[in-house]
Formats: sequence, C-alpha cells, structure tokens
Amino acid sequence: MLKTTYEADMALYPLPIARWTVAAIAVLFFVVLPLVLHEYYLSIINLVSIACIGALGLNILVGYTGQISVGHGAFMSVGAYTAANFAVRMGAPWPVNLIAGGLMAALVGAIVGIPSLRIKGLYLAIATLAGQLIIEWTINHVTFISGGVQASIEVPRPEIFGFRIASQTEMYFFLLGFVVLAVVGTMNLVRSRIGRAFVAIRDQDIAAEIIGINIFRYKLLAFAISSFYAGITGVLYTYYLGVANYEQFQINVSIDYLAMIIIGGLGSVLGSIFGAIFVTLLPIVIRLSMESFGGYLFSDAAILNIIPNMRLILFGGLIIIFLVAEPEGLNRLWRNIRSYFRVWPFAY
Amino acid sequence: MRRALAILIGLAVVVGAAGYVAANHEIVIGMQCDRTGATQTVGVNLCPGYHDYIKLVNSKGGIEGHKIKAIEIDHEYKVPQGMESYERHKKEGAVLIGIYGTPHTYALMAKLVEDRIPGTSPGFGSAAAADGQRYPYLFPIAATYWSQGAAAVKFAKDQLGGNLKGKKIAYLFYDNPAGREPIDVFEDIAAREGFQLRTFAVPPPGVEMGAQVLDIAQRYRADFLIAHLFGRSPSVSIKELKRVGFPLRKVVSFVWGAAEADIEAAGGWSVAEGYNAMQFAGVGSNYPVLDEIRAMYKKEGQEPPKEMNSTVYYNRGVLQAAIHLEAIRNAVKDKKSGNITGEDVRKGFEKISGFTLGGLVPPLKITPTDHEGGGLVQIFTVKGGKFVKSTEWFSAYNDIVAKHIKESGKK
Repeated sequence: MLKTTYEADMALYPLPIARWTVAAIAVLFFVVLPLVLHEYYLSIINLVSIACIGALGLNILVGYTGQISVGHGAFMSVGAYTAANFAVRMGAPWPVNLIAGGLMAALVGAIVGIPSLRIKGLYLAIATLAGQLIIEWTINHVTFISGGVQASIEVPRPEIFGFRIASQTEMYFFLLGFVVLAVVGTMNLVRSRIGRAFVAIRDQDIAAEIIGINIFRYKLLAFAISSFYAGITGVLYTYYLGVANYEQFQINVSIDYLAMIIIGGLGSVLGSIFGAIFVTLLPIVIRLSMESFGGYLFSDAAILNIIPNMRLILFGGLIIIFLVAEPEGLNRLWRNIRSYFRVWPFAY
Repeated sequence: MRRALAILIGLAVVVGAAGYVAANHEIVIGMQCDRTGATQTVGVNLCPGYHDYIKLVNSKGGIEGHKIKAIEIDHEYKVPQGMESYERHKKEGAVLIGIYGTPHTYALMAKLVEDRIPGTSPGFGSAAAADGQRYPYLFPIAATYWSQGAAAVKFAKDQLGGNLKGKKIAYLFYDNPAGREPIDVFEDIAAREGFQLRTFAVPPPGVEMGAQVLDIAQRYRADFLIAHLFGRSPSVSIKELKRVGFPLRKVVSFVWGAAEADIEAAGGWSVAEGYNAMQFAGVGSNYPVLDEIRAMYKKEGQEPPKEMNSTVYYNRGVLQAAIHLEAIRNAVKDKKSGNITGEDVRKGFEKISGFTLGGLVPPLKITPTDHEGGGLVQIFTVKGGKFVKSTEWFSAYNDIVAKHIKESGKK
C-alpha cells in the first residue's frame, strides 16, 4: 500500500485492517474477557492497566524525549497524596482529585526537570534520583501532606452517578477506560507538533534548537506531561487500593517502571504496554507454572523455598534473553514477527 | 518462545481451575510470605515455622476432622504482587489471610472489609488496627508498635530502679512511618513519668548510624536506649554501641531487632552480651509444641528442619499459625460441617482467650473491640550465648495506648 500524503503517513490507522483490529481488541477487552475470566485474572489485568499508564508516561519522557528519569515513583506519590488530601479534607469527588493529582505531579515534575536544561544522560538520572529522594523524605516527614506519622491516608471508593466502584470487576472497567484514554492520548501526542519536537530533542538537541524548537519549554513540557501521567497513575493506584501509603512509591517502583519501558521498547506506545504486561505478568506466570511442575521434582517444604528464588532467577534470565534477542525491546520483536507474516509465505 | 509461553499460560489456567474445585474439601488459609525481598531474613525462617505447625495439626487429624491447607505466596515485599496474591487466595477460597508487610496491610484494609475476610498483621501494619470497631477484619494479634513502646519504657523503668524522674531516655529509630509511629506514645509517657526523651533518626537504608550512636553515648549520655530498627540496621547498632562503649544491658530493642541472626551479624553472642530484645512469641527450643514438631519429623524418619535453630522467627511462624488455627477451631465449633466463611473466622478470632500453647503464645484476649489481644511482650536478654528470658508476659501504660487508639479512630 502506497502512501502519497503526509496525512496518510501520520494516520492513526495505517492500514484499513487496523480499524477492524482495534474494534476486535475493544470487543475482546470490554465484552469477552470480563464475561469469560474469573475475577482473579481481571485483578491481574488491573495491575497491568495501572502499570500501562505509568509506563506510557515514563516512555514519553525517556523514550520520546531522551531525558532519563528515576523519579517516576515519587511523581506517582505526589499525585496520590494530592488526591488523598483533596478527598479527605474537602470531600471532593474523584474526577476533581484525579485532575488535581495529575496537575500537582506535573508541576512538581517540571520543577524536578529543571536540571535537564543543563545536564543530560546519567547526570540527569542522578538529579532526578535526588528528586525522588527529596519527595520521599518530604512525604515521610511533613504530616500536613502525609496525614500523620503513619503516612497513610485512606480514601473512599470512587463513585460514578452513585454507583460505587469497589470489586475487581468494577475496577477493571474503571481502569480500562483510563488505559484507553492514555493510549489514545499518547498516540496523538507523539504525532503532533509537540511529539515531533520531543523526538527532535532526543535525536540531537542542538540541531533541534537551531531549527527553532524552544528547548527550555519542550524539555519541561516533557517532564510535566510525563509526571502528569505518573500522577494519574498514582491517583488510580490509590483508588484501587483505597489508601495512599508512602511505602508504595519508593525508589524500586521507579526502577520497575524503567525496566518496563526498556524491556518493552523505548519510544513506542505499544512497547510501553508490552513492557507493563511483561514485568507485571512474568513473575505470576513463572510462579503458577512452577507450582504445577515443581511437585514432581522436590518435596513440599523445599518447593516453597525454591519457587520464589527460582522466580527471581528466571525473571532476570528472561529479561536478559529477550534483550539479547532484540535490544530494541519487545515492540521491535513484535514488529519483526508481524512484518514477517505480512508478506508470508513470500520472504521478499 | 511464544509457543512455550502459550503452554505455560495454558498450564497455569488449568492448574488454577483445578485448585478451585479442590478447595471445598479443606479449610484454606492464604499466607503471604517474603523469602526473597527486602525482609527475606525473616521469611526464610518464619514461613517454615508456620507450615510445620499446620502440618503438625493435620498429622493429628486436622481441626474436628477438617484438614487445613495453607497456600503460601511469596510477594517479594512488593505491593502489586501482594495484591495479586490476595486475589489468588480469595479465588482459592481462603477464609483467612496471613498478611505480611506494613504496606500490604494498608493496601488490603479496604478489601478485607469488602470481601469479609479477616487478615492478621502480627508485629507490623498500623497500631490503630487494634481498634476492632474501626477495622473489623484486621487483627494485629501481637503487640503493636505503640504497645511495644509502652512496654519498652516500663522495662527501662524497672532496670533503672523503678523511677524515671529526671532520667534521660534515647529513642533510636529507622526513619520511616513504622519507626516514627511510637513517638507520640513515648511523649505522653515522658510527661507522666517525668523523664527526658530525645529521638535519633537513622535514615534508610539504616546502615550508617555512627554519629547518632556517638551522640547518644557521649553527648546526650542517655540512661537508657530504646531501639526500633529493621533489616541490617539492628546488627549495625549493636556494633556501633559496643564501639563507643555504651552498655548493651541499657538497650532494649523492638521486635524486629531481636533475632539470632541480628546477634550473629553483629559479631557473635559474646559481643552482644547483655542486649535486651523484645519478643511477642516465646524464644528458644523448650516448648512442648516444638518437641511435638521434632517428634513428627522423627516419625517420618527425617531430621528436624534447620530453620528451627532460628527460634525467634521460627517460633513467630508457629505462633501465627497457632492463633490462626485457634480462630478457625472456634469457628468450626459452631459449624461442624467445616464449611466456614471469613465472617465465622472473624468471630472465631474475637473469642480467643487464654490460649498459650505451653508458653510460646502470650495469654491473649482478643475481643470485638481489642484486636491486639492485650499487647503482651516478653523481654529476652543475651546471656552466655543465647537468649534468656528476663521478664514474664507483660504490657504497660495501657491507658495511654488506649487513648491513642481512640484518638486515631476519630480521624
């Protein structure tokens, strides 16, 4: 299929079949899966959904704009505590809290991003690490924000027109709606003027400045947008758990999200989703399969010790194998497979 | 690769479905554990203790003929995996969840109420959870940090001759919410007893505390030190205190700085001579229930597991299992069919009273209002290469702790 205009090249649906694929995926996720799957599996998808939104946000910053950030977990906590304070102190409804959490995280993110105007790469990573630690410390010590020494604020369940969203199935639809918004939002963002500016900065920031991109504005914008996603993730996570707790947003969370986008593929929407699925699902799948096989080889007491350790080893091993097989991540792997089958059985 | 993954997922689904059917014949407990994450030194000894007690009860025919199945899931001390494990336990039909980890306790508070499944948080979680009216499905079942703080001051008072007026007490704590939780209680007790209190925070990861310890020993010149540290830091604190010459007999540690492993990591038993450690389960091997477990292994022709040597955490696992099963036993008494729900087990917990398991478990009294069961602890002291019991089960300043529980309930 030949594309003759820029519009056609940038279209959301590159091929006519894509429209049908999207429709099929929508039916699968909104109708088929909730009817077929046990609530337990929906609860796993819920965790993936939350991770997806966070990973998309981080990918905008790291993958598209090329600014490394190790502060994603902290930005999530900013959103979470803002929303929790709004909910508890003012009794505000969840959409208000959600937006407030996102905006506050965006503001804090933009401030933490200021060093990016002078430093790049690993140096920036360390600067954002400082941001993570400072935010952690602040939430830990300022009881006005954290709501007491326990640094936990319980929030009521979200309600839509009086309908209380509490069970995993109800949460599933709630969160899936936001995943759709985040995916469509990111896809549109990266093909807009802003997205192209981000990519220009990533590829060569001096050249980008010469062709008239305001580096100052776009770098901070990238931090703000990315942190907005993180804030939204934090708020959704808070509503999912029913509590904002400081220990849920520590440095290891930031690292997990970085792992997601690196494994999934930097600078791609689909890669963020693959990464979120991979990192969230793999430990669970490994454990479930080991529980079924392990009994043949080891005693009961030994297996309980072996499973968690083997899971860590396999998790690390599989990440290495996938990255060696395709350094550009699962997204590239997927594209290779797809383009192979698109012309199949004719290799050329 | 994709095919292999597909097979794995397929198998997982099949196995999951099979477990669901089998759940009807036995009473299922969901047990969270951390053998690989941030607190793995606890999990590797605590969880075997838990399973051994369940095995012991099952080998004697279970509870009123009903076998117990404890499904352990390791969550690496990560919250998303903890949530996943909870949903899995729920799917398998668990009537009781042994939560592990403070953030996990917070994350499950709302869920437990909605699903009407009781959960236990011995030695961690929120001290406010002792309030059974406010958290009907959460059971600390062991002394919370507030009760531990009150007991620590009482111990200091006894060690310092029964009067704290004008004395200086230092509080050395890991700088996280759990570490700061008891400070309010300390301040109230300080006002009553007339002692001076100063707090010394150790920032995470808690392996640097030379300055704080020097300050305590030589500038502040504390009369007594209460320590509340986690992970590697208790052993570091013992080493540092030893180095600056602070007498370890004037130190009492909260329950997570109180294991054999901490003493060994600090340089051995001779280094830590005199160190006082607070416990919510009995320490040592001389309990009838442990003899029974050893006998059970012997009958099978096996050696007792090596985890039994780490008596602090192993015994805590036994305690947790024993209290769980006591609650289930109370529930089954009313429903002989064994077809009990989480609601029945909750009521079973609230009937636990005077159950001691030969001294390993404190004489708890759990009621619909008090889910902590009295906040009892024992102090053990390092003497001649082992932990020696220094006090009987006790709790202190119950009115002050109760006041804080009530206040937090109003928030």
